[in-house]
Amino acid sequence: MSAIDWITQVLEVVAAVAAAPALLGWLNQCRAWLQNRRAPSLWLPYRNLHKLFRKEAVIAENASPLFRIAPYVVFGTMGLAAGIIPSMGTQLPLVGSADAIALVGLFAAARMFMTLAAMDVGTAFGTMGARREMMVGFLAEPALLMVIFVASQISSSTALPVITEHLASGRLGLSPGLAFSAVAFILVLLAENARIPVDNPATHLELTMIHEAMVLEYSARHLALMEWAAQLKLFNYICIGFALFFPWGVATAHIGPVGLVVAIPALAIKLAVAGAGLAVIETLSAKLRVMRIPEFLGTAFLLAVLGLLVHVLLGT
Amino acid sequence: MLLVGCVALLLSWTAIGFAGLVRPRSVLLTGRVLFPLGALLGLALAALAGASLLGGGVERLILPIGLPNLPMHLRLDPLSSIFLLLLGASSFGISLFAGGYFRVGEGTAPGLLCLQYHLFLASMGLVLIANDAYSFLVAWEVMALSSYFLVTTQHRIPEIRRAGLIYLVMAHVGALCLLLCFGVLQGGSWLFTFHAMRAAHLSLGWATAAFGLALVGFGAKAGLVPLHIWLPEAHPAAPSPVSALMSGVMLKTAVYGMLRVGLDLLGRPVWWWGLAPLVLGLFTIIYGVLFAAVQTDMKRLLAYSSVENVGIVFTGIGLTIIFAGSGLKVLAALALLATLYHCLNHAFMKSLLFLGTGAVLHATKERNLGRLGGLIHRMPWVAWLTLIGVLAIAGLPPLNGFVSEWLMLQAFLFTGRLPHAFVNLLIPMGMALVVLGTALAGYVMVKFYGVIFLGQPREASLAHAHDCGWLERIGLSWLALGCVALGLFPLQVIRALGSVTHQLVGAVVPQASSAWWLLAPVPGRSVSYGPLVFLMATLAVVLMTVLAVRLAYHQRVRRGPAWDCGAGGLTARMQDTAEGFGQPIRNLFQPFFEIERELPEPADLAPRYRIVVRERIWRLLYAPLVGAVEGLANAAARIQRGRISVYLLYSFVTLLVLLAVALLR
Repeated sequence: MSAIDWITQVLEVVAAVAAAPALLGWLNQCRAWLQNRRAPSLWLPYRNLHKLFRKEAVIAENASPLFRIAPYVVFGTMGLAAGIIPSMGTQLPLVGSADAIALVGLFAAARMFMTLAAMDVGTAFGTMGARREMMVGFLAEPALLMVIFVASQISSSTALPVITEHLASGRLGLSPGLAFSAVAFILVLLAENARIPVDNPATHLELTMIHEAMVLEYSARHLALMEWAAQLKLFNYICIGFALFFPWGVATAHIGPVGLVVAIPALAIKLAVAGAGLAVIETLSAKLRVMRIPEFLGTAFLLAVLGLLVHVLLGT
Repeated sequence: MLLVGCVALLLSWTAIGFAGLVRPRSVLLTGRVLFPLGALLGLALAALAGASLLGGGVERLILPIGLPNLPMHLRLDPLSSIFLLLLGASSFGISLFAGGYFRVGEGTAPGLLCLQYHLFLASMGLVLIANDAYSFLVAWEVMALSSYFLVTTQHRIPEIRRAGLIYLVMAHVGALCLLLCFGVLQGGSWLFTFHAMRAAHLSLGWATAAFGLALVGFGAKAGLVPLHIWLPEAHPAAPSPVSALMSGVMLKTAVYGMLRVGLDLLGRPVWWWGLAPLVLGLFTIIYGVLFAAVQTDMKRLLAYSSVENVGIVFTGIGLTIIFAGSGLKVLAALALLATLYHCLNHAFMKSLLFLGTGAVLHATKERNLGRLGGLIHRMPWVAWLTLIGVLAIAGLPPLNGFVSEWLMLQAFLFTGRLPHAFVNLLIPMGMALVVLGTALAGYVMVKFYGVIFLGQPREASLAHAHDCGWLERIGLSWLALGCVALGLFPLQVIRALGSVTHQLVGAVVPQASSAWWLLAPVPGRSVSYGPLVFLMATLAVVLMTVLAVRLAYHQRVRRGPAWDCGAGGLTARMQDTAEGFGQPIRNLFQPFFEIERELPEPADLAPRYRIVVRERIWRLLYAPLVGAVEGLANAAARIQRGRISVYLLYSFVTLLVLLAVALLR
């Protein structure tokens, strides 16, 4: 492990934490343009976070310590996840200790703490949000794992950087198995990040909300951390997508430190395109009824399994 | 020498049990002296088993006890050792907890309970070291009977007697299959030592029959669907330490038996035998976890969760047999390792959770999730220790549940090309089901923990709930510590398990990395997992977040009433109940359940909503079965006239028939 690897490692986490609000800002801007609205500033999410951090936190009288710990745990796990995903370079010192299964476990841990914190105060909305989040999670989590497993079958590894390295060195174009899982992955990404067909981040309508219902009791810095963590999660998911399906531009082993110079702008461009793409999807689709969400995710899960079966059948 | 030590410890357990009869009503004697003493013996047993495991040797002993010419054969090998270790280590925590738990006035007197409890422990130990069918089955029956008496501790309640009866019947159906299985295994030599069974050469048909009988027999004890029906009845009925022992340890004796017969006594298995445990195991995972998600009784929920975990273990056994039968030794070792690791994990996690429910039950007298809530404020010790168990069983890194899940997924993932096309397709689907089961387990555990410990108390009486005593705290802490240690030091555990995989499948899972903290079990592929680094990195990032927020901003906090969207008038009734939390699962997987609903009319002044979820299996499988048995019994009753002359006639006719047969020969 050279110094440059450690720098890449730290840079990935710091860049993710710093850029995640901007990604959301960009997504909101694109959405506004597509919907013929005047776009808010790209920096609005930052100002929002800053405002929240400055405020005095109000905590419900019957909240337990779990309620106060959860935002830090959720934010911390998302930050660590950014370090596991090879968004800039593949020579990461954390590679050996945390593979893709551990990454999904990390997301599951964040979800668990979030839902438990939502149930902690004991409001109707909190428990409802927790229940719905788990309903999304129990299908999205296995779907994500199955998506990753197709790629790990191809590259004989469950470590994301190794997968990226392997896929980046291959020919351009997706293998049939990966094509199925790419579709599945987009569905999972939308569901896991509370985007439009599954959840609407812009409303607080009790009939539909999932993520917002869980953080209703949070205020000030705790809310800021929860929101920031959600932005980081979106960032991370998009980067997982890059690692599996668009691994080009990442600093691989044989390119060396110079790769980082290319990798950072490459990542920025990829993120900008992905954000715009998400905005298009969100603008074109309508919110699903809550009861239909399992079907949506069931499709994702089946597609992912199908991807794996196709891969096994074709023996590529 | 280790084996002699083990026998001495088992005898001491029995002696402690009988000592309880000296003053059967004294809680002080049993709770403060005998149970802790039994716990220490458990620890000693774990130490002996650990030494034997690390040594990797085999010891034999013949005790001249029993019928003439049928001495008792005992044997301590790595496979027995790992399960003895599991028994000793988890019983240490459970016995300590039991010392604080059992009180006077709960059915059976404490002294008698002490006897039953320690006989149960000793018989489980004997099952694990028995080396002939006689002693195995005797120990097996003592285990079933002693646990039956423990289940029916509160025998004055009719439901509990019924639960006990179901348990007893299922235990005996299983035992009958085992009897037949050993009958087949001796292969015409009429020698019932395991040594003779290993040497016996069975034809493929007979070997398959033996394997099938073992699967049914041990499956009934382990709770493999559809033989699991006693679990959700017996576990809520039993006192919590007994539930913990039954679920954490006794189910594992069945796993031990399955491994012993399938991989040791039968020699090298045929690969397609593995399909049965694999498919049944996968079905059991999904079935168990779905039913766990819709339960409203916290101990029934855990019982179904045990069914799920048994499914995971049997899936692992199935994989092991498929790989071992196909000659893929290293992969078989990996699958076996995942199986054994999961057994160890489950012993700690599930005991911890059952004991947690026991503490809640004692503090609140309530098993129904709909009447609990908010206990994290009243019972912080129980709540926080249970949280560890909950996170572990949901398979979250860096706790222990994740390690076995990880190993299992690696075994699935790197199956490579098996020579059988349809198995190649079955494996990814199996993997999908395992992953789905784990995610659903997370759902179940959020429900379990959230409804019991978080939110507002749903009943006014919960305000008087008290935390558990110091013996109980030590017991819970020990088990929680086990969960953490098994999660953080997998490499050390796996090294100790090497002798078991070597014994059963002839290979050791290699270690592809030189780092002592990195788990890298697949050679030639870059897969690894380092829980210690993982934990450290997580802690570092979380602490840095806390520090950054504190340094950059203020830390002002004000306590106020819950906001609840400003609506006001929040009551505890507005939270999700256990039924409510399970609703998505109930709706999605409706065909699995038999649901009875009682919905209120629009104009009801006192609306009542009631929902009961049952298993279809009772009506589809067991009701016809019971009917058939009753019909047979009635038919048999027709020839039972109760008059001596008729019976004499029967004897006479029998004699004539036998004479005729003899003459014709």
